[in-house]
Amino acid sequence: MASIDTPVRPGRRSFTGRRLRPADALLQGVAAIAATSAAVLVGLIAYKLVRDAWPAISRYGIAFVAHDIWDPVANHYGAASFLFGTVLTSVFALAIAGPLAIAIALYLTELAPRALRGPVTALVETLAAIPSVVIGLWGILVLGPFLAHHVEPWLHSALGFIPLFGSPSTGPQSIFTAIVVLTIMILPIVASICRELFLSVPRELKEGALALGTTRWEMIRAVVFPYARGGIAAALILGFGRAIGEAIAVTQVVGGGTIIQANLFSGGDTLASKIAASYQGADSNIQVAALIYLGLILLVFSLVVNLLAQWVVRQFGRGQGAVSRASARVGATA
Amino acid sequence: MSTTESVTIAPMRIDAPQRQTLPPRERLEQVFDIDELTARYGGRPAIKSVSLDIYKNLVTAIIGPSGCGKSTFVRCLNRMNDLIPSFSMEGSIRYHGQDICADDIDPVAVRRRIGMVFQRPNPFPKSIYDNIAFGLKVNGMKDNLDGRVEAALTKAALWDEVKDRLKESALGLSGGQQQRLCIARAIAVEPDVVLLDEPASSLDPIATASIEDLMHDLKQDYTFVIVTHNMQQAARVADMTAFFSISRGAEGQRWGELVEYDATEKIFTQPGDKRTEDYVTGRFG
Ligand SMILES: Nc1ncnc2c1ncn2[C@@H]1O[C@H](COP(=O)(O)OP(=O)(O)OP(=O)(O)O)[C@@H](O)[C@H]1O
Ligand SMILES: [Mg+2]
Repeated sequence: MASIDTPVRPGRRSFTGRRLRPADALLQGVAAIAATSAAVLVGLIAYKLVRDAWPAISRYGIAFVAHDIWDPVANHYGAASFLFGTVLTSVFALAIAGPLAIAIALYLTELAPRALRGPVTALVETLAAIPSVVIGLWGILVLGPFLAHHVEPWLHSALGFIPLFGSPSTGPQSIFTAIVVLTIMILPIVASICRELFLSVPRELKEGALALGTTRWEMIRAVVFPYARGGIAAALILGFGRAIGEAIAVTQVVGGGTIIQANLFSGGDTLASKIAASYQGADSNIQVAALIYLGLILLVFSLVVNLLAQWVVRQFGRGQGAVSRASARVGATA
Repeated sequence: MSTTESVTIAPMRIDAPQRQTLPPRERLEQVFDIDELTARYGGRPAIKSVSLDIYKNLVTAIIGPSGCGKSTFVRCLNRMNDLIPSFSMEGSIRYHGQDICADDIDPVAVRRRIGMVFQRPNPFPKSIYDNIAFGLKVNGMKDNLDGRVEAALTKAALWDEVKDRLKESALGLSGGQQQRLCIARAIAVEPDVVLLDEPASSLDPIATASIEDLMHDLKQDYTFVIVTHNMQQAARVADMTAFFSISRGAEGQRWGELVEYDATEKIFTQPGDKRTEDYVTGRFG
């Protein structure tokens, strides 16, 4: 490179005297305000929920979560059946979506022909962009009837000895439909986080394994999974959190019901779907308070799940970038 | 970027005691017979028409300026370039007479016979023990795992330093130790050939020396091909040396070419080509 005359540098700063430049100060101020206001907002929401739920809290106390009766006629309320519905739907949705999402991510990063990777990735991302109310509509009109007529009878005859696979539902709505809808909703989220995680595995590591004469699958097991382990766990927890909080689509397809039934093919409700379905029509103060109490439980539930995800990421200390990017996205869509 | 080697050592002194004169080439057993190898990335040639033979139980050094295709060349030898989508090659690479680039050849099997050590140490995020045991397991060498791990670490001159911390993460080792671990990992699976792509570029002189000693001690059992930027290193460890250089076409294309391939002593003391002479005496610029 040609040498250039060193230009005279005017106004050299002396080394002493650390000072905050105006732009830095501004940035610091804005960031501090943003951070505080986020914390304050969560605090305010929690406070508002506790205050409005107070009639129900003072009447039922913590035993509310164990009561499985929700009876607006007798004006008697408990959260147990909705907690049950929430856990049942989210656990099953995660159990189906998790392995599938990991498989999709692996396919997209390691196995698929290169020409396919881009388009399929775009498709998966598009799936995440479909509004939940649209997925819910599709659930009622297409998925629900299909499951009720074809899948549920088949599962019942094959696995009917397990109470979960009881007699098939009569309409398109059931807990099972909700599980499948939730699976479809969390699948693209978990898959795209895992894809980013797998992409972040250093090429040297993969080459190191392959140079020892490993097959691609052996390489994935030895290098890709261990490297992305913490991130995968966090992605699954975030997907779980998404399933817990989803209200609209679940309300559309879950069928409603206040009895705890082991049968996946019966109707039911989750915390979120119960609030969405009943808040408008609630006519007694105590019912409104009980619904808000459900919301409070849901909030605590979600916060715990989020904290758990953060803890897991910190434990493993890897893939943080991908996970926090994705968690911001989950937060934005939830 | 210009990569002028700032070595001014002419004529190169070669450690005489540890070097025996090579038998004539036709008496040496060929491991690789490379013929008219041209390798391209996305259609642009990185090396053109490289033909050379690599001999058994010798250390062969590949030297040349940055970008002349040294890495590309050695990565062809164990099909490592298969992982790069834009890569393509012509010509033939015969390994003990068999064309390893033929369609029906399984690259996994090729890599089991031809191991590789990379420029940057790349231990797996596992324990020291498992770094070595992993390759043994996938290669079905599960008998006497402990003994094999110890033997490999001993060969790589690392055993004494790590024998009390085998279960600790390999990432806690120093750079030089990590690189020796990678060498141990590569030789543990008993390959026939070990390719080393600038294995010492991130190491201090002591670690470098220990890797050089190691190659010297192990060459009865293995065939080494080492890429290096360091000409003293080539002079110290290699029996044969191949000098690659960059050629330029009329329209500004650049590609790597094999300029000269001969006994190391010859390359460094009586090079047959002006470009080789300029390079080994540090006049390359
Ligand atoms: N993955 C790749 N994709 C495209 N071009 C590549 C790739 N790897 C190498 N090249 C090109 O091939 C040529 C030879 O590169 P190579 O890495 O083999 O050189 P080298 O001699 O090993 O250089 P160095 O001494 O700097 O390691 C260079 O022009 C480089 O830009
Ligand atoms: Mg290189």
